[in-house]
Amino acid sequence: MSSLGRQHPLANVDWLTVLVYGVLVIFGWMNIYSAAVVDTHPNPMDMSQEYGKQFLFILISSFLGLMVLYMEGEFFNKFAIYIYGLFILLLLLVLAVGTTVNGAKAWIQIGGFALQPAEFAKIGVGLMLAKYISNTKAKFNNWKTRLIAAVIIGIPALLILVQPDVGSLLTFVAFILALYREGLSGNVLIIGLGAIVFGVLSIISGFNKVNYPFFGEQSGVFILMTIVFIIGIVFMGLIKNFVVPRNRKKLYLITILSTVAAIGFSFSVNFMIDKVLAKHQKTRIYVTLGLEEKEEDRSEMSGDSETAEAADMVVKSKSDDPGYNARMAKIAVGNGGFFGQGYRQGPMTKNKYVPERWTDFIFSVISEEWGFVGSVAVIGLFVFLIVRLINMAERQRSQFSRVYGYCVASIFFLHLLINVGMVIGLAPIIGIPLPFMSYGGSSLIGFTLLLFIFLRLDAERLSVFR
Amino acid sequence: MNLDGRRITIILIVCVIAIIFVIRLFFLQVVNSTWREQATALTEEEIPLYPPRGIIYDREGRMLVTNQTVYNLMVVPKKVQPFDTTSLCKLLRIQPSDITALFAKAKARGEYHRPQLLVEQITPADYAAISEQLYKFVGFYAESRTLRVYPQSVGALFLGDVGKISPSEYKANNYYTKLEYIGKSGIEKAYEEELRGVKGIKYAFRDNVGNIKDQEGDKEDKAAIPGIDLICTMDAELQKYGEKLMQNKRGCIVAIEPKTGEILAMVSAPTYDPNLLVGRVRGHNFNVLTNDPQKPLFNRATQAQYRPGSIFKLAQSLTALSVGAITPQTRIHCNRGIIGCHGSHSYDDLEMAIVHSCNPYFREVMHKVVEGNRDPKSRFRDARLGLEIWQEYIKRFGFGSDLHCDIPGVKTGNVPGVEFYDKWYGKEQWAFSTIYSLSIGEGEMLVTPLQMCNMACIIANRGWYVPPHTVKQIGIGGKPKDDFLVRYDLGIDTAHFTTVVNAMEKVLQPGGTAWRAAPKDIVVCGKTGTVQNAGGKEDHAVFICFAPKEDPKIAIAVYTENAGFGGTWSAPVATLLIEKYLNDSIAKSSESREKLILDANFLDR
Repeated sequence: MSSLGRQHPLANVDWLTVLVYGVLVIFGWMNIYSAAVVDTHPNPMDMSQEYGKQFLFILISSFLGLMVLYMEGEFFNKFAIYIYGLFILLLLLVLAVGTTVNGAKAWIQIGGFALQPAEFAKIGVGLMLAKYISNTKAKFNNWKTRLIAAVIIGIPALLILVQPDVGSLLTFVAFILALYREGLSGNVLIIGLGAIVFGVLSIISGFNKVNYPFFGEQSGVFILMTIVFIIGIVFMGLIKNFVVPRNRKKLYLITILSTVAAIGFSFSVNFMIDKVLAKHQKTRIYVTLGLEEKEEDRSEMSGDSETAEAADMVVKSKSDDPGYNARMAKIAVGNGGFFGQGYRQGPMTKNKYVPERWTDFIFSVISEEWGFVGSVAVIGLFVFLIVRLINMAERQRSQFSRVYGYCVASIFFLHLLINVGMVIGLAPIIGIPLPFMSYGGSSLIGFTLLLFIFLRLDAERLSVFR
Repeated sequence: MNLDGRRITIILIVCVIAIIFVIRLFFLQVVNSTWREQATALTEEEIPLYPPRGIIYDREGRMLVTNQTVYNLMVVPKKVQPFDTTSLCKLLRIQPSDITALFAKAKARGEYHRPQLLVEQITPADYAAISEQLYKFVGFYAESRTLRVYPQSVGALFLGDVGKISPSEYKANNYYTKLEYIGKSGIEKAYEEELRGVKGIKYAFRDNVGNIKDQEGDKEDKAAIPGIDLICTMDAELQKYGEKLMQNKRGCIVAIEPKTGEILAMVSAPTYDPNLLVGRVRGHNFNVLTNDPQKPLFNRATQAQYRPGSIFKLAQSLTALSVGAITPQTRIHCNRGIIGCHGSHSYDDLEMAIVHSCNPYFREVMHKVVEGNRDPKSRFRDARLGLEIWQEYIKRFGFGSDLHCDIPGVKTGNVPGVEFYDKWYGKEQWAFSTIYSLSIGEGEMLVTPLQMCNMACIIANRGWYVPPHTVKQIGIGGKPKDDFLVRYDLGIDTAHFTTVVNAMEKVLQPGGTAWRAAPKDIVVCGKTGTVQNAGGKEDHAVFICFAPKEDPKIAIAVYTENAGFGGTWSAPVATLLIEKYLNDSIAKSSESREKLILDANFLDR
């Protein structure tokens, strides 16, 4: 490290970001308390309860974050590969000795605490990607670079898929955003977005059964395929008539390939849904897309009074309604109104209607008790943090720091996107935490380290060229 | 490659997503209220607070109806944990099969998670033993309810009863839930709104597994307003004595204070202890009483429609005097050719005709009223015109009406008129000769004992009545309903009443049809009746009266089915009651009459 002078380690640290971090963590803790408080254990630092444990995690995270700030940024550059390797080892270890919770073998039990390596693996991947890109001055217009980047992301992703923890896996998509900044073709994003839209269309049409002439009742996806095929034919016709001959050949090829790809894609999406996904995952997707039974249909089940009906609804739902979590979260959010029900006053929260409300569904608690105002404030803080991190990444002279900064911002963004999207009913139920706010030691410590490593790197931005 | 723009692209993506979220949140939280309604339906529980039902006292302040706390043993099948079945069954005195059957029923109805009623109405004494053990049985709990009790055990049909709301009552009224109780008859039904009070609401919260929790909410609880206590018009001692006198008889007594229309006693015999229709025994006893051939649940005083018999001659006299068909001096031969008579008399004036209850006299009286030569060309048309006038007068006495009284289910009886006979015989197919049995209270004329007593009141008041009613004060020190502060004047000259009253006085004097029943020292004015019965059965004994002659305090109608002469079997009942009411005791000279009545048994006739 080439230092331009001996400065205090905490000089040049971006304190505004630290402040935002602190607000989110403390506000998260307050809401965890509201969501999980047990009348017999009113002390927020009661170690037998989630809020007490979270307090401990906050202390540990603060300590580790401070330690990172006192470290040399150079360390993370030099040891990136080892850190990456260490986390890969942990991911292997969890497959060997891990404990299974909610169907995923994702936890390593150490004493009274459980460690979730997937939450830390993102740090390793971020550092490793930054290291690779900055060292090789890689350009993303060649296949070799793309392949190596894919491998760096792919190894831990594959290990997480084996657990299987689809939620954590999805957050690895974040790295694509970081790579896009470093030159990965924008087509990847567009194709990705197009694939999502077309995939949703395929699922919706595949969900509906259609009675075809001659073929009888079949999946509606064949109609979609036919439409794609017709559009392909129309394009061929257009190319023949309106494009100069020397360009035709290439366009023909693109049209044929994309038509075939689209048909193949929609077919395989439905194949995945039908044959590969577990029943509950399939249902979750259907529920999110509004295809599975809705609450209105359910409440029609008769009881003698409105409230008894509601009670029936809850009890019935819990056992056999796949949309229960999603619906309860939405009701809790909607119940918040503009100003919220007040701290520790949310009836849906207080009466335990939303499952996982202090972990993955913490945003529903915030929404119910703090209302539209509180929800927007939290989203606003996250957007502020992400945009600030992006701008901080841009001010780095070192490419290593910049790539890493983008990784950090992208990871926060993806968590926000999936977690909040899930709570407000825009995304399927995917169990990932809301950074800094959800209960959980691994995630809080993981996100803290992720952020503070970048804050350390940023603090040294003026003194390093890498 | 210039990558500077990509920062902006990424920031834009972040912002677009954030904006989408904010819009979505705005719709969920601010625009659309259905989510909030769902949350309320899910989390809020409105627990009804039942007020105590109003207490009913008699006119002397004796408690007639009050409340008693009992316990219902409830169970939520879903919450039940393995328990010692034998000891629970022993404790509750039920069979294990009762529990399994209830659970099966709950499951079939999809109510496995909801409270089910296992044992109903456990008395406080029994509950004391149960409550000590109940904690051992998870999922079982007790709920307190109140029941009616009748400390005096009198006036079952007068006071009425309370029972589970029926589907039709539930539909007709949006105040109740399906599990509530409602007044079914008598005062309990007529004054249901006053007695029930107003339910309160306690707002509580329900958690995700259905537990009810008492939490601070933003809705304020509404306290229950207790039911209003009532002072009824009954004199419990009189009622009790009346029920005693009517033992082993079928029939009824109605006693009214003429000035106020307050019903002092209303006995329908055979009677029963109102406490039989309360609590766990209600269902069983209700069946027994319903199937009893003597029909104890049938309120003869207001629902039985009898032919009035000779007492009707009083109304006939007043009508005839009013229309000018006769004068008090009019004498008529006791011509027993068309219609029978009894006793030795041959040419009575009105007063003596009433005393002797002369049938030919009153046949002729009505003849004069109905065939008054209003249409000289046709006696058929003449009779039509006359009967219309007659009917109008008779209706003034309250016959054919419910008397605007407050007793649920009263019958109106029948005052046959032109329409009735046109339908019966055909237009202009009938004349007085066809319908003359009306003249002595037989034929198609039907009245209820309440109406008979009301007629006694009218005569006692010399021309007016207040609708008979059962509640004197709504709320202690309160007023009756406005309807019962109104006097209905018949528009008949007081002088005519004097004639009739004098005659009635003589009925209880030597030579009158009820002279044996006359008590010492009290001037009772009365009229006997003996109503013929088809099928060779014994006649019904009828008597109406009031006393004292001046400033009457009580009017009574007694109808004893299949007993015989009215003067022999009903008049003593009435006069004993008068003695009891006016003197508070039965004189030595009346004791033989009392014994005669108490010993009489007409149930098997």
